[in-house]
Amino acid sequence: MSRLVEWLAATPASIALHESHYAYLAVLTVHVLSLCLFVGTAAMLDLRLLGATLQSVRVSEVIARLLPWTLAGFVITIMSGGLLFFAAPVNAYGNVFFRAKMLMLVLAGVNAWVFQHTVYRSVNEWDKYPVPPRMARIAGGLALVLWAALITLGRMIPYQVYWFD
Amino acid sequence: MSLLELFESLQYSSLLVAMRSVPWIFPLIASLHLIGLALIGGAVFVVDLRLLGLGLRQQPVASVARDAERWLLFSLAVLLPTGIFQFMCFAATKYYYLTAFWVKLGALTLALMFTFTVRRKVAMTAATRRNPARDKLVAVVSLALWSSVALAGRLIGLP
Repeated sequence: MSRLVEWLAATPASIALHESHYAYLAVLTVHVLSLCLFVGTAAMLDLRLLGATLQSVRVSEVIARLLPWTLAGFVITIMSGGLLFFAAPVNAYGNVFFRAKMLMLVLAGVNAWVFQHTVYRSVNEWDKYPVPPRMARIAGGLALVLWAALITLGRMIPYQVYWFD
Repeated sequence: MSLLELFESLQYSSLLVAMRSVPWIFPLIASLHLIGLALIGGAVFVVDLRLLGLGLRQQPVASVARDAERWLLFSLAVLLPTGIFQFMCFAATKYYYLTAFWVKLGALTLALMFTFTVRRKVAMTAATRRNPARDKLVAVVSLALWSSVALAGRLIGLP
């Protein structure tokens, strides 16, 4: 794995992106702004699962109408994040916060998968509840905690040198 | 007292000096600010999407707007104090000279005024008296204003 990132770091495209000040900063800006779309709409959805917003709207409707926007934001965030990784693969790979952030991303995926394959299967029974059943509330609350951790860890990535190096 | 002197007194106040001595406070506050940014993105977006005839389009605009407003206010309650703190950290040595900061302040003022007057009034209009063209225009202006705030904010953080 570490040989792979070293090889990646030596590719001309990686060096070009790393050294081009403006292209790198543009990608970073896209990454943060698309995060608004991705985590913002995901948070509204998770808050619905908690029964904290849009209580009069069926859960399945909130998911059907907002999830495509969440996924669109997710694709842009992942692609710009991939470019940021590509620009400095060795640094990112060795960064404690980056690794923890990727772990949060995986956990968020697992949480969504479990939700979809367990309590969401019976959504017809609780679709109109202003406050969904406990398992759905746990999934929504867990997702919100994971988003907050993901953002915090991402913001911490440049601070590794101050604390661990 | 000039504006620069005011900014200096903020940056070198005993509270800020004490907080700067704790190295993880600044990135933690910045992270909270980012979390607030994501949240306000969602709260602004669901209403503007609805005004554009997208997103939760089977629901009345007014009810989506009412539900989202609570989280709009909540995210502002996170964003404003954490933003002011970040500003105070480098008020006199960085922000005073930074065009992006003054642009952000202007865009934020306009975005807040627009959101809580025009957009709120239009969103709360009864379903029978809606004008789709006006709804779409309001959504586009809102998205443009809030994007400017976020973009200028991002520019402040650049090295």
